[in-house]
Amino acid sequence: MKHIVKIMVLLVAISACWIGLLQTSIIPRSHTWLLPIYLIISLGCYGLLMVGVGLMNFPTCPQEALLLHQDIDEAKEFLKRRGVDVGSD
Amino acid sequence: MEKNNRSYSIIIPTYNERLNIALIVYLIFKHLQDVEFEIIVVDDGSPDGTQEVVKQLQKVYGEDRILLRPRAKKLGLGTAYIHGLKHASGNFVVIMDADLSHHPKYLPSFIKKQLETGASIVTGTRYVKGGGVHGWNLMRKLTSRGANVLAQTLLWPGVSDLTGSFRLYKKSVLEDIISSVVSKGYVFQMEMIVRASRKGYHIEEVPITFVDRVFGSSKLGGSEIVEYLKGLAYLLVTT
Repeated sequence: MKHIVKIMVLLVAISACWIGLLQTSIIPRSHTWLLPIYLIISLGCYGLLMVGVGLMNFPTCPQEALLLHQDIDEAKEFLKRRGVDVGSD
Repeated sequence: MEKNNRSYSIIIPTYNERLNIALIVYLIFKHLQDVEFEIIVVDDGSPDGTQEVVKQLQKVYGEDRILLRPRAKKLGLGTAYIHGLKHASGNFVVIMDADLSHHPKYLPSFIKKQLETGASIVTGTRYVKGGGVHGWNLMRKLTSRGANVLAQTLLWPGVSDLTGSFRLYKKSVLEDIISSVVSKGYVFQMEMIVRASRKGYHIEEVPITFVDRVFGSSKLGGSEIVEYLKGLAYLLVTT
């Protein structure tokens, strides 16, 4: 099944629940009407939260840059001795 | 030493990477000592003399270890892998960038992970413990996180780092998925892993660190973001 179909099925299922709620009026209708808006807002909040959390915990590795520079120097020295052209361009 | 049945072909596409290709070859030989492997450089007609440097490297390490398989002009990343793959003799293929943002010191962990799990694909991820990124400003991090959350929410790919391009594939698996991939640029990497995931291939992850290119400049602009969103929509309707 194409992924978009899965998402559509999910959306249809949610809509069906919502229409069911509207029909049966278990909770007051005025509240039920607002549910989709709540859903969209909470989805947006979830997205922003995930981006925020991801940004705060963004894994960084400054020590790797130092190690890389050591490796580069080592490689340049070795290659220069073996006759490989490693002059900066 | 796992001879005969396990050998690795490392495909590195290059364009104007004369210094980086020399450094990366040295580092690969340094970190992969008891493994049978070959390096396939697919150079897209770099005007900076990348191919001359590769020929010098062949003299140092041997023409059977470093294969130069150039193409006449810049023809894109996806076809570079297909081109390299045609010349690959290993039963596993590693693809990595030439710009040193992918450090060869992680190669043994890819190989080990594959041995332990028998996975079809081992992909490097920057977003788990032990991984990381260096050299990105806040905007770049924000874009990256936003893109990742969007893709995770919409595609459920089962992989934490979709656009990473440091990966080890079983050769047959790479041949199978690469033929159905149409995207270009780094959406290509995302399409590869999403298609592999949909086909039910066993995918494992290993942490890698990503140091943004030391020599040369890195590119991420508005047009990349548009391309990414288009790629996402394309994957939604085709996979």
